[in-house]
Formats: sequence, structure tokens, C-alpha cells
Amino acid sequence: MAGAHELPPDEVLVQRLRSGDEEAFALVLDTWSGGMLRLASSFVSTKASAEEAVQDTWLAVIKGIGDFEGRSSLKTWVYRILVRTAKTRGTKESRTVPFTSLLPEEAEATVDASRFRSPGERYAGHWAVGQEPRPWHLPEDHVLRGEVRELIAEALDDLPPRLRAVLTLRDVEGYGSQEVCSLLEISPGNQRVLLHRARAMLRSRLDAYASSPDDAHAGGGERGLR
Amino acid sequence: MPTQGEANVDCVDFVELVTDFLDGAMPQEQERRFVEHLAECSGCERYLDQYRQTIATTGELTPDHISDDARQHLLAAFKGWQRQ
Repeated sequence: MAGAHELPPDEVLVQRLRSGDEEAFALVLDTWSGGMLRLASSFVSTKASAEEAVQDTWLAVIKGIGDFEGRSSLKTWVYRILVRTAKTRGTKESRTVPFTSLLPEEAEATVDASRFRSPGERYAGHWAVGQEPRPWHLPEDHVLRGEVRELIAEALDDLPPRLRAVLTLRDVEGYGSQEVCSLLEISPGNQRVLLHRARAMLRSRLDAYASSPDDAHAGGGERGLR
Repeated sequence: MPTQGEANVDCVDFVELVTDFLDGAMPQEQERRFVEHLAECSGCERYLDQYRQTIATTGELTPDHISDDARQHLLAAFKGWQRQ
């Protein structure tokens, strides 16, 4: 999860920012900008535009920190400004990401129907023969873990924008369901549909990388399970 | 897909319910059937486990960075604003 280095509690942080503590500003800037960049890129069309949205957000934070009332966490307050800023930009670039309703394709099944026994067959609705998920062999080695993360990062970039926004907040940033719904102004049910779809897409990318071909089961086939 | 408590949870339903389950967002009766299915189906147990591994790996992502120029610009802006 992002935020590996501990930030001081909000009261302390806000106090330090208001009194012009440059070290405190550098700390929040460096801790949050990465996640902000990812989130912003779901609303705008280019990386450059996402970076500008992040910059504009920080400028607004610098000017507005005196007005922060502490009704949400500082980070959520900053993210709210970011979502607003990035959405405005996205609209100008004709790249709007409305969250109010689901697109038909977003509500479709996340696993191909051909992997299950069809209705009318015996054990209908169960995994078809040879279609059960295969065991994974995810590397534990440090360098190879980096390779896996790289794969996930690429898959994340390839997600449709709405899916990317929800997945970034939930699984990269570690926000809870309620906060994400409030930040993106979306219902809990729709949020879960988008999150589920995004996770399923990432799972199948990992699956292609980590699942062993059938003939390689012989030695320690269960290793990937736990 | 089963709507209310009545229908069984089959594999084809299970794979669509994983996020609801992990979020604790299932009606009690459906959750009971989900867990029952999980206990009896190794394919779905593996699917759930792979979901968890996917989520865990996503949580390990190292953050992107804004460019050095942007960073310097913002640090200077913070300094400048405080002086006003």
C-alpha cells in the first residue's frame, strides 16, 4: 500500500503546513503525488495532462490549507480537490468519466461463459472439464516479484478509465468502499461491480503469467495456492 | 444468477460474488451458500485465493512519480506562498 513512510497525524501535519514547514510539504508531496497521478490519469487523456492536474491540485492545496476544516482526513480533502480538478480538465478534453450509471458491458460476466457447463448439462454452472483455474507459481524471489509488479502496473494502465479509478483507490491506495463512493460520487453497488471487473482483468493477466501448463503439474503443484 | 436466498451458488455465480464476499457486502443467506460452495469446490477455492493474491500484488505497486521539474516548481510555490 502507498504511504510506506509514516506521516505525522493530520493535526500536526496541517499545523506544520500552515506554518510554512517546507519539510512537511515535501513529505506529503512525495508520499501522495504518485497515487494522485494514477487517479488523475483516469479522468484525462494524457500522462502530461494528469501531471498538470496534480500540480494544479497542489497549488490549490498550498493556497487553501488555511481553509481546511478537518471534516475529512487531509488526504481525502486533497483527493477531492484532485478529482474536481481532473474532471474539469477531462471535460475540456472531451474525456468525461461519468460514474452515475454502469455501461452495459460493465455489468457482464467477468469469466467467459464457455468455462462453465451449460444449462441443461449435468452439473450445469460448474467449471467445465479442464476449465478449472490452474495453480499459480508466483515467484517469491525479490527480482522476479518486481517483474510481477511491473506486469500488474501495465495491466492497470490498460484498464478502462472508470475501472482504473476505482481499482487505484481501493487496491493501490487502500481506501475503503465508503470513501471511494464519496470521492467518485458513485453507489456502493456500482463501485463493487467496477472493482470486481477490474480485479478480474488483473487476475487473468496474472493467470497468463503464473499458471502452469497442464503437463508441468508433477512437482509441487500446490505451491502457488497459499 | 440467483437473486434471493433460494438458489444455490454454483461456480458460475461464485466467480461474480467474490468482491461482494471480500467486502462483507452479501446478504447473510447468500454468504452462507457462498461459503458452503467454497468448502466443496477446489476450483472456486483456488479462484478466490488467486483473487486475494491479485489484490495483494496490486497493493505492492510502487507509486508513480511526478517529474522532477514539477516537484521543484511546487516546492518553490510553497516557499513563495508562505512568504506572502
